[in-house]
Amino acid sequence: MKTKEFIVTAIIIVVLLLCKFVLPKPIQFSPTISWIVTILLGLVFAFIFYLTIKGKPVERRIVFLLVGISLVVPFFMQFKLPLKISPEVQQVYDKLASLPPGSKVLASFDYDPPSAPELQPMAEAFVKYAFEHDIKIIMMGLWPQGPQQANQAVEAAFEENPALRDQVKYGVDYVNLGFQSGNEFVVLRMGESFKSMFPSDLNYTPYDSIPLLKNVSNFSNIDWSINFSAGKPGTVEWIQVAVDRYNLPMSAGNTAVQAPMVYPYLNAGQLLGLMGGMSGAAEFEKLTNLPGKATTFLLSQTFAHVVVILFIIIGNVAFLRSRKETK
Amino acid sequence: MKREIPIAITFIVGTVFALAYFIPREPFSLFERQFGDWFGIIAAFAIWLGALNLMKISAMKIARKKPDFIYASLIILSFLVMIFFGFYEGYKGLFAEPQFSYRDAGTGFNWLYEYVYSALSATMFALLAFFVASASYRAFRARNLEATLLLIAAFFVMLGRVPVGDMLTTWMPIGYTMSDWANWIMSVPNTAGQRAIMIGIALGLVSTSLRIILGLERSYLGGE
Amino acid sequence: METFGIWLAALLTIGIISFLYKDNVLYKACESIFVGISAGYWFITYYWDNLYRKFYLGVTDMDNPHRFFLWIAFALGVMMLTRLIGKIGWLSRWPLAFIVGATAGLYMMTYFVSNAFVQVGATIKLPPDFGSVGSYISFGMIALGTFSGLVYFFFSKEHKGVFGGTAKLGIWFLMVTFGASFGYTVMSRMSLMLGRLDFLFGEWLGMIN
Repeated sequence: MKTKEFIVTAIIIVVLLLCKFVLPKPIQFSPTISWIVTILLGLVFAFIFYLTIKGKPVERRIVFLLVGISLVVPFFMQFKLPLKISPEVQQVYDKLASLPPGSKVLASFDYDPPSAPELQPMAEAFVKYAFEHDIKIIMMGLWPQGPQQANQAVEAAFEENPALRDQVKYGVDYVNLGFQSGNEFVVLRMGESFKSMFPSDLNYTPYDSIPLLKNVSNFSNIDWSINFSAGKPGTVEWIQVAVDRYNLPMSAGNTAVQAPMVYPYLNAGQLLGLMGGMSGAAEFEKLTNLPGKATTFLLSQTFAHVVVILFIIIGNVAFLRSRKETK
Repeated sequence: MKREIPIAITFIVGTVFALAYFIPREPFSLFERQFGDWFGIIAAFAIWLGALNLMKISAMKIARKKPDFIYASLIILSFLVMIFFGFYEGYKGLFAEPQFSYRDAGTGFNWLYEYVYSALSATMFALLAFFVASASYRAFRARNLEATLLLIAAFFVMLGRVPVGDMLTTWMPIGYTMSDWANWIMSVPNTAGQRAIMIGIALGLVSTSLRIILGLERSYLGGE
Repeated sequence: METFGIWLAALLTIGIISFLYKDNVLYKACESIFVGISAGYWFITYYWDNLYRKFYLGVTDMDNPHRFFLWIAFALGVMMLTRLIGKIGWLSRWPLAFIVGATAGLYMMTYFVSNAFVQVGATIKLPPDFGSVGSYISFGMIALGTFSGLVYFFFSKEHKGVFGGTAKLGIWFLMVTFGASFGYTVMSRMSLMLGRLDFLFGEWLGMIN
């Protein structure tokens, strides 16, 4: 290891250990400190702007560091942010809120841990809301990791509201059917028979022995479905097979990368509402009155967006200036 | 045997799925059900093939003492640890009373999933955040009208999807703040553009599928 | 065990993030562990969820008159593995042909119906809220944008004159679409990183309230 790298590694280790063992916790900035930190960040950007238009763009590691700081610092700030609900998220909530107690909802968890920061808050808010309003959930996944994410959402609901642990019974109020491979072919087979695809639940309890599934044979016995999707297989496959072929009413929560591609389905009425990315999750948390991680992250997300926009502006101003000078 | 049978299989299976859409009756629906069941089982073997192939390649690297053989051993070791817990706890849970899944909280497999697999996979994809920012600074330029349109749309959407956008445009009339503009971009021009792409892909996919089913497109069979 | 898990996860997270500084030994080690663990994870889930639950429970289900057919799928699956054995590797073409045929047959219909037929219908059908000035504009723009976008993708005719002008308009719509997608991609990537930083500074270091 070169001396420079050794010093960097040592500094990182010392800082982390200081944070872990020495600093008082938790850390929270007062509004004044929050403003000062924000202004300091702004000054740093002004300096980068100056350097860039002088023809000395900062190196990429400085960009990385600034992005990192902009994401972390808001964790400790106390700005209150107003949040406006978008029509597509409102539509998801309206559909969920209109379900009478005892309704059966099919929830497909089609994502893995990398997408969890965006989709897990939606899933957790949905599960909590459903449990508190006696809405029965049939969980499954077209991604192998999905059922485990579903279990984590259930666990989060129980941790948030410990009373639910006694009120909500597995097999009666919710069931986890697990994962099956085959992408849209799984959905296709479920259109005729759930049991054909899931002979048992995740814990090998036979399908017919699960009280919640007594009168559930296919999509016609489902009141509404929600799909948390990070890609393929996911919302698109559910729309193509379950919605368009078997008329399953469905809403979706998507990662922000996928959400723009789903808007045509929303416009065509194939999808009843959409939560897109972390902002969609935060809006859903606000509507269900169950603030969670997405609401907490909103400030960091805001800072991150502003930082990227500033980088674009700085880069472009320098570009236009240099073009003008060349002419 | 090497080409004719696969082409025949593709034709029969493809035709069954296409016809079952229009004629959801026996015998098409029966075949569709059977083939649907088979698909998942064959797909499972396909995944196994991928995993076993990875092990084969890693083992060869170790055997030949290639420069990065230590990393190849790490791959094999972590694979073996994961499958050990998966099989051991899977069978243990199967014969336990009450039964439990190898994925339940408290199992070694779940521990590895939560603290190793989740941490690594999530961080690996999260790294892209930094590269997106770096690219925005270094490469995202308004060189012409098209690029400028792209930039403007990105600007409105990025600001409109977080509260600061509305805070900066409170002076605008109700219904015309930044989030409203972002909503409009998403539901009108974005929908139009995505729909054009979607229809284009769908038409291409239909023709390619037809070529595959009819045996005109055989590249998936490889050489020989 | 939980504390150890959190420390291990933190170390692995930092190991991957260290790539931002430069490619290094810790990153490479974490990457290899990730590859091995992922392969193991998929191997096991497909074993239990598919081969055990779908195949084993399926063939032992006495109520299913078609259970024996599942053996054909099993045989095709085993043929897939012959790819690992050089001489009889060609046998893997049979299950591959099955997968390709099934996907082509299903996609041909689902994509045509959901992504072409329904979308064309939705473009020319008046929306329920039609009547206000805003709805006129939105409806007209979606129809115009979809049509001009499709014209842009039509390469069998030279993009000249009215056709070329329409294609140009199509590019503009597509550029706005890509801009919106870029904005959402930024949101997505930042969210993912936030998840990891929340773990490091919250769950591990305990600095977040």
